[in-house]
Amino acid sequence: MTPQALAELVKRTLYDVAPDLEGEAIDPDIRFNEQFEFDSMDFLNFIAGLHHATALELPERDYQRLTTLASAVDYLTEKLTEQGKVRQ
Amino acid sequence: MTDFRMPSLGADMDEGTLVEWLKHPGDLLRRGDIIAVVETQKGAIEIEVFHDGVLEQTHAALGATLPVGSLLATIRMPGEVPAEQVSAVPEPILQPAAAVPPQPLPSQAKVSIDVLGQFRITPVARIIAARSGIDPGHILPGSDGIIGLREIAQLPQQPPKHRIGIDLDEMRKAIAAAMARSKREIPHYYVGSALDVTVMSDWLSSENAKRPVPERILSAVPIIKACALALRKVPEFNGHFTDGRFLPGQTIKMGIGIALRGGGLIAPAIDMMEMLPLDDIMRRLTDLVARVRGGRLRSSELSEATVTISNLGDDSADMVLPIIYPPQVAIIGVGQIAVRPWVVDGRLEPRKIATFTLAGDHRVNDGRLALRFLKAVEQYLKKPEAL
Repeated sequence: MTPQALAELVKRTLYDVAPDLEGEAIDPDIRFNEQFEFDSMDFLNFIAGLHHATALELPERDYQRLTTLASAVDYLTEKLTEQGKVRQ
Repeated sequence: MTDFRMPSLGADMDEGTLVEWLKHPGDLLRRGDIIAVVETQKGAIEIEVFHDGVLEQTHAALGATLPVGSLLATIRMPGEVPAEQVSAVPEPILQPAAAVPPQPLPSQAKVSIDVLGQFRITPVARIIAARSGIDPGHILPGSDGIIGLREIAQLPQQPPKHRIGIDLDEMRKAIAAAMARSKREIPHYYVGSALDVTVMSDWLSSENAKRPVPERILSAVPIIKACALALRKVPEFNGHFTDGRFLPGQTIKMGIGIALRGGGLIAPAIDMMEMLPLDDIMRRLTDLVARVRGGRLRSSELSEATVTISNLGDDSADMVLPIIYPPQVAIIGVGQIAVRPWVVDGRLEPRKIATFTLAGDHRVNDGRLALRFLKAVEQYLKKPEAL
C-alpha cells in the first residue's frame, strides 16, 4: 500500500461510517468531530472500520492520532511500515 | 378484536403520515412485530404491535395524515373468529384527514453521489438542500465539480419551500413546543457536582485494551448504567407527572439524547436500563445511533421515556443544564470527561473529572433527593466492575 492508497482507505472508511457524507471534501488537518459533527459513536465506528480494513490493533491510547485525515494516514503508514506492508 | 391506533410518540407529536404497511390483512402478528411505517416530525418511525394475533383489516390509506389515536387497523386476538363470521356489517373505514403523497424516507436515501446535470451533489448536501427548500440545480459546485457542505454553507438563507425526510424545520417546531411547555409548566431546579471518574475511566481503558475494536465500550455506557442504578435508589425522579400527580415508572426507560448532523436531536429510549449488562447497553446504543442517523426508529423507542440523559461526550463542554422533557420529572446532564487538578488526600493530583447535573421538577421532588442521586452515581462509578 502507498500513502495515497491509505488516504483513500481512510476517506472510504469515513464515508462508510457516515454515508450521508459520501463525496464530501475532507480537509486533511481539521479534526473529524469539528468538520463533520462526529461524536464518540461515529468515531468508534470509524476506528472499527479502520481496524477491519487494516487488521491493525488500534489501541485506545493511539486514538488521538486518528482524529484527522493527515494524522490518520501518518499513523497507518507508520504502523503498516513496521509490518512491511507500505512502500514509501 | 382489538383496535390498533396511531400511537403517540411523545408529548410533541399530534399526527403522523402513513407511508408503508409492512403487514397485510391475514398476516400473523407477534407482539413487537413492525406493522407499519409512519412519517412524523421525528422522521420515519417503525410502528410495533403490542399483541399477538392476526391482522384483520387495515383502515388507513397510504399517504394519509392522521391524528394520534386514529384507527389504523383491527387485530383479531388468538382464539377469535374472523369478523365476517361474526357480523356482516363492514367496519367503518376512516377517511384520511388530508391526503399527501408518500414522501421518500431518509433510510432509503441513496448513499452514492447523485449526478445533477453536469454537476454532482453529496447525499448530506442534497438532504440539507431539500430540507431548506433549495433547488440543488441553483447551487454552484466547488472546484471539484461537487456540491458539498461547503457550497451549501455559502448559500444565503432561504425560506423553506418543500420538504423531504426528517424535516429540520418541523423538528425544530416540535422541540420548541415541548421545551416551551416544559419551561412554562415545570418549575425546574438544578443540582450538580463535579465527580472524580478516574476509577471508572481507568477501568474502562484496561478493559478496552483487552478487547478488539468492535467489542470496545464507550465511557457513556458505564455512565448511563450508573445513572440508571442510582435512579433505582431515588425512584422519585423516574416516572411521569400526569393530571396533577406523579406516577412512578415501573422500570427505568431511559431516553438518550442523540444529536443529528446538521441540527436537531432525538431522545429514543432503552427500557429496563438498570438491568442491562454494559455490553448489551453498548450494542443497543450503537444500533440506536445508527437508526437515528438513518431516520428509522421504532415506536416503542419514542413512546414516553420515564427519564432522559443528555451526555455531551468527548471533547465537548464541562457542563449542561438540560430541560426536562414533559411529562417526565427529571433529566440528567453529563459533561465531558477532562483531566483536571484535583485534591486527593490533601495532595494535588491530575484526575479525570466529569460534571453531573440533575434538573428536577419541583412539583414532584426536591433538591435534597438530587444530592442522594449524585452521591449514588459517584459510588457506582467507583466500582465499575460491578456495573
